[in-house]
Amino acid sequence: MRAGGVFGRSTTETGVTILTATASSRAPDDLDLGGDSRARATDRGFRGLVTFAGLTVLIVLGLILITTTLRALPAVREEGVIGFVAGTRWAPNDDVFGTFVMLHGTLVTSLIGMVIAVPVSIGIALFVAEVAHRRARKYIVTVIDLLATVPSVVFGLVGVLVVVPAITPAYQWFADSVASVPGLNAVFGTANTGRNYFTAGLVLAVMIIPIITSISREVFATVPEADKQAAYALGATRWEMIKGAMLPHSFGGLVGASMLGLGRAMGETIAVALVVGGSFHISANLFAPGNTMAAAIAQQWGESSGLHTDALVGIGVILFAITVLINFLARWVVRRAEIQMKGARS
Amino acid sequence: MKSNRRAIFGTITAGALAFGLAACGGGDSGGGEGISGELTASGASFPDAFYAAAIDAYAEVNPDLVLTYNAVGSGTGKSEFGEGINDFAGTDSPVGDDEGIEPGSYQYIPTVAAPITVSYNLPGVEELQLGQETLAQIFQGDITSWNDAAIAADNEGAELPDIDITIAHRSDGSGTTSNFTTFLDEATDSWTLGSGDTVEWPANAVGGEKNTGVAQAIQDTEGAIGYVDLADANASGLVTASIENADGNFTQPTLEGTTAGLEGAVVNDDLSYNPLNATGPDAYPITAPTYLIIRTDYEDADVAAGVKEFLTWLLTDGQELAAENDFAPLPDGLRQRALEALDETITD
Repeated sequence: MRAGGVFGRSTTETGVTILTATASSRAPDDLDLGGDSRARATDRGFRGLVTFAGLTVLIVLGLILITTTLRALPAVREEGVIGFVAGTRWAPNDDVFGTFVMLHGTLVTSLIGMVIAVPVSIGIALFVAEVAHRRARKYIVTVIDLLATVPSVVFGLVGVLVVVPAITPAYQWFADSVASVPGLNAVFGTANTGRNYFTAGLVLAVMIIPIITSISREVFATVPEADKQAAYALGATRWEMIKGAMLPHSFGGLVGASMLGLGRAMGETIAVALVVGGSFHISANLFAPGNTMAAAIAQQWGESSGLHTDALVGIGVILFAITVLINFLARWVVRRAEIQMKGARS
Repeated sequence: MKSNRRAIFGTITAGALAFGLAACGGGDSGGGEGISGELTASGASFPDAFYAAAIDAYAEVNPDLVLTYNAVGSGTGKSEFGEGINDFAGTDSPVGDDEGIEPGSYQYIPTVAAPITVSYNLPGVEELQLGQETLAQIFQGDITSWNDAAIAADNEGAELPDIDITIAHRSDGSGTTSNFTTFLDEATDSWTLGSGDTVEWPANAVGGEKNTGVAQAIQDTEGAIGYVDLADANASGLVTASIENADGNFTQPTLEGTTAGLEGAVVNDDLSYNPLNATGPDAYPITAPTYLIIRTDYEDADVAAGVKEFLTWLLTDGQELAAENDFAPLPDGLRQRALEALDETITD
């Protein structure tokens, strides 16, 4: 959505403004040609209908927020808001519900996913936009879009049945290699199992690459040809052109694309549930099993009752709040980037 | 999912109930000999393999009575029972106070039982004996290496490698976890993690989704130990440990050992029973019971007759299907009591 706003503005610069203007100046003409009040009534009816449709989303969103919050209250009251959000002990059989472990897991796995996926995606997008042969481009785009249609449970199954057994020795080798490096040995510690934060991050990376790539590609497509040619005219190499003309122009859109990927990564449930390890312990070690908010809800929902269920709903509320927060943050980054860009241009 | 939702959606629930019963009575051909209709059940996933096989076999005995069993988990099964969505429910754990089921409105019918194995992955160690206290200390993370003195004391002469122990457990809430931790809680002094569908496992633990997920985790992790039902342990070719029983003997998780445990178990008046750590020289100590819960008062006589018909079959001819699906049939005494309870609950 944020990225959409960006292309909106970017495409405006490339001539869509004129199209929009024509369209809006033609609309009243059409009505006048119709000439009767029936057309106006239809127009008003349409307006009402569309407004209602728009409001429905807000109403549904609001109702979800209200009902889930109300449902979560008993558990939150038991712990206190701070205890519920910042508590590190999750023990449903003791009625102790601290959700920070899962917040930590969600942030860590999403971050690993982003660190891997963003550079790769932007690389693919640049390759498709600037380097690949026109005919190859079509196939690459199709393959990447296909990747986006694979259901997440399939990624999860591949993760747990193929990636986990295959990658565990690699984790162990890496952990042994950095065992004597201070700092690194805490982050890449013992890997007794392949079901851990890092594997979850890897699976998430593969899952969000298509979405980030396809939006980045469209963002790059909005870079005015004139800017690129100007860079070449000044004697820039291809890389200098990308660095000087394309990246600054696309920065806002790339942030938007990455944030959409981050949103997907944070909310991803089943694939993560299968590979993250289902452990409720905070560890700096990325090779240790952990858990995320969405995964924990899915895992524990079936056999939960009473306060435990309420607490799981509460995790949902926190996840919702964080997603909204990240969306706003992304908007802010995009807006700032654009202001800077415009400032530079004038 | 319990009382609040019932309060809010009371009317919807009532509607669903009426609809469910109407649908159940739909295929009625007039009572008497041929009982027909459709019955919906849901609940525990632990006995699902047995129920699925039993329902398949029953379709040949009486094709007019169509049954479906959805393995949605004990908790969900019980709340659906409370809301009147299913005709009977499967559960591994007794009905609790906050699960939306009126006391006195249901009757436990035990069906089968199965051992919970303690399976491990330790190359070169084909036989392993674990005392109850040792088991508790392993699963709460007090013992973290396979060459610990306590494990060695249980296995004289065995060569145990210096490998870290990784505990494999259910990441989803599970009746199997509940039974396993209840055993450790009741049988040992050292166990401190309590019991429940989800407990707070130590840091050297990794979760797997369902029994299959735990079996998978054990298989692909060297040094892993976990609790899995017998069917999945056999299917994955896992090595199982012998566990010390109440009489001090080390027994393997076999169906014979399980039935021996059931014979030693004390059965309550409501037919719930606790076969964990039962006495008897051959009894396997970690045995999970499973029940169907039926209503004491069915609004629709056809539904009641259908439930009685199927459960009677399940407790007689149906018991023969247990062993081939890695479940232990009920010992005769308990089976008779279950049949009597069924007769008393649903009178013709």
